[in-house]
Amino acid sequence: MSDVIVITSGKGGVGKTTTTSNIGAGLAAMGKKVVLIDTDIGLRNLDIVMGLENRVVFNLVDVIEGECKLKSALIKDKRFPSLFLLPAAQTKDKDAVTPEQMKELCDELRDSYDYIILDCPAGIENGFKNAIAGADRALVVTTPEVSAVRDADKIIGMLSAHGISDYRLLVNRVRVDMVKRGDMMSMEDIMDILGIGLIGVVPDDQDIIVSANRGEPIVTMEKSRAGEAYRNICRRLMGEDVPLMDLDPSKGLVGLFKKWFKN
Amino acid sequence: MDFFKFFNKNKTSKDVAKDRLKLVLMGDRGVSADLMETIKSEIMQVLNKYMEIQTDELDIQITKTQSEDGERMVPALVANIPIKNVKKRN
Repeated sequence: MSDVIVITSGKGGVGKTTTTSNIGAGLAAMGKKVVLIDTDIGLRNLDIVMGLENRVVFNLVDVIEGECKLKSALIKDKRFPSLFLLPAAQTKDKDAVTPEQMKELCDELRDSYDYIILDCPAGIENGFKNAIAGADRALVVTTPEVSAVRDADKIIGMLSAHGISDYRLLVNRVRVDMVKRGDMMSMEDIMDILGIGLIGVVPDDQDIIVSANRGEPIVTMEKSRAGEAYRNICRRLMGEDVPLMDLDPSKGLVGLFKKWFKN
Repeated sequence: MDFFKFFNKNKTSKDVAKDRLKLVLMGDRGVSADLMETIKSEIMQVLNKYMEIQTDELDIQITKTQSEDGERMVPALVANIPIKNVKKRN
């Protein structure tokens, strides 16, 4: 059974592309066959975040328009033998494809892949409608900011209106120090407001910027907190029951050492 | 200084964020016309047991109003229900 998952948010800049790349790499590292589709036509980014920008030959619109075979447009990620990327077109606009065509494409890919993951553009217009057309379920990415939470609520309403009832929340860039002093909404606060189930919480982590700079996913970095969070999310997507990690760095082993040195 | 005001000033910014979001989402989500009609007719059913209502001038809507401590806006269901006659209780 293959699974088509759309990563969406409404608001831009909350981490959809980073999430897509890390979930893709994480699932592939766990032995799943994965294809990632960048549906942000005109603003192609998944390729550069993943470090595959120099290998783009054909793109999503080429495939839809029949300019090339689907197989020849898929970029194989050499680091993960079962991970593939279908990049967005950079020179076309979002109306170059239709929801029906996207659905057909997703269904065609179901035969060969365990997971088809769609990186959705920001906004609620045609790009969003294209991205969700073929999806079985959705991950709604938000950050603990009023603007991102409000947009997430709007997106949840639109997913339901388009017949997607299986959606879970990913709270990104949580800063425990700020949550502790009451200056940032916690995941509980956000779940309370949005009223949907959680797939995971990713702590704010400078290594995310570093990994994007280098074009390497963080999910395979053993020591990274954000990497661990993404690994947990991958396992939950596969149906495992993984407890939420403790985001408080002062509690773990490293935190314990830090406390000793301070005293 | 008022006891509650003192507390309100100490409200953390995340509490302010939550309050504001809850209020704004109430407006964003909206209450559908269908649901509003259902609410109206059910309120009417209850009131009809005790009084006669001027149905055509009935006005029920969701708005914002100042909270009891006057510190913030909260959502409220406001109903303006003109009464024709109060029924005699047996």
